[in-house]
Amino acid sequence: MSTLTKSVPPAAQPPVRSRPVQPGWLRVTHWLNVLAVLTMVTSGWRIYNASPIFGFRFPNEITLGGWLGGALRWHFAAMWLLAANGLVYLLINLASGRLSRRFFPLTLRGVMRDAFAALRGRLAHDDPRHYNQVQRAAYLFAVLDLVLLVASGLAVWKPVQLGWLCTLFGGFQGARLVHFVAMAGLVAFIAVHIAMVALVPRTLRTMITGR
Amino acid sequence: MTLERKPHDLSPIAPVVRDGEAILHEARALMTRRVAEPSRRAFLTRTLSLGGVALLSGCSLDDNASVESALDKISRWNDRVQAALFRQGVLAPTFPASSITRPFPFNAFYSMDEAPVVEEADYQLELSGLIADKAPWRLDALRNFASPRAAEQITRHVCVEGWSAIGRWGGVTFSDFLRRIGADTTARYVGFKCADDYYTSIDMPTALHPQTLLALTYDGQTLPREYGFPMKLRIPTKLGYKNPKHIRAIFVTNTYPGGYWEDQGYNWFGGS
Repeated sequence: MSTLTKSVPPAAQPPVRSRPVQPGWLRVTHWLNVLAVLTMVTSGWRIYNASPIFGFRFPNEITLGGWLGGALRWHFAAMWLLAANGLVYLLINLASGRLSRRFFPLTLRGVMRDAFAALRGRLAHDDPRHYNQVQRAAYLFAVLDLVLLVASGLAVWKPVQLGWLCTLFGGFQGARLVHFVAMAGLVAFIAVHIAMVALVPRTLRTMITGR
Repeated sequence: MTLERKPHDLSPIAPVVRDGEAILHEARALMTRRVAEPSRRAFLTRTLSLGGVALLSGCSLDDNASVESALDKISRWNDRVQAALFRQGVLAPTFPASSITRPFPFNAFYSMDEAPVVEEADYQLELSGLIADKAPWRLDALRNFASPRAAEQITRHVCVEGWSAIGRWGGVTFSDFLRRIGADTTARYVGFKCADDYYTSIDMPTALHPQTLLALTYDGQTLPREYGFPMKLRIPTKLGYKNPKHIRAIFVTNTYPGGYWEDQGYNWFGGS
């Protein structure tokens, strides 16, 4: 944070444009994912309301679709965006080497150390190109959780044609439960993620302009 | 089939829009005060407006005709994807009698006491469309046709709402019946009209699936009124709303016939 508030004289700035903190493909896939996840989660809540697993319903005002049939249309449309965009993200991330560069090494000790440092307000954010261990763990969680959401969603959608996948989740109702829990995990991640962006607003700019 | 009906009284969107404007106005004022640097301020207000536009349009997304037509197209695309995924050799899992859900839930777009009363004496199954032998069938003739070919299954009924229940249905494999009446099995659709004014239609590959059953019994008894007397089509590879009850007419066609829920927005293929 401290380096951000220091004013840099114009002469000290590099004459050539440096490489963006977040490459273009990452920014595009990030915001498309925001759109897909928002649609999937809010329409999914409406679908959940038709036959709740637990003793509560989501307020209809914060759901998408107007009724079960409408919510299903949104859900089964946005799933293509979520899956295709996620696939593009994973492929470029792997092929470019960004995944291994940004996210690894990752150790449990490192995560604990950085988490405690963050809680004491002693975690530096001076290099936006470098993810600390907590960030690495959190973003990897989001990626893996989305993979779980897609897999359990496929099992709920096609419990007969993809019977092996459904069995893996403990049957149709098991897959529904995993799908719900994975959604809750993603929503929890989003809450923390937005709170962190509010604390370090510069990261919002880098995710939009790349700098 | 489900109980939830399409709501007709959608709340007016005007107050929400006004709120959206107010929120936007307040947020802009707050941000402008806080951000001194002009370029950053411009950037923030611009992105904020963008979010505001998304927020406002989000309120009326459901009423937008072009959005609805796009969602329709994607639903038709999903029909084709599901047809491609469908394999006649892939069977729905079957279960032991001990896992049957008791009582098996009643589900329709009306309550149980409103279920149609079909008199066996008056009943006959009408056939039409691309069928060679269109002679109607009385119930005893259907039972006589089914008994030497008796088929039974204990499978999971999956409702579009998310609940599921395991039940036991008996009758005759639907493809046996289609061949007996000389149905054109190269046609695209088989449609059903029901005594409760419900109607639906399925693709021919599913109609010919070995587990697609013309059900005349439930749990060893004559199909009771609440589960679709005198007959229902039991399709364990499709969602509940694709399993018509109280069938009074069957037709084979190449013209898309739609369905009660499908015409309101449920996906037509509805495969599981």
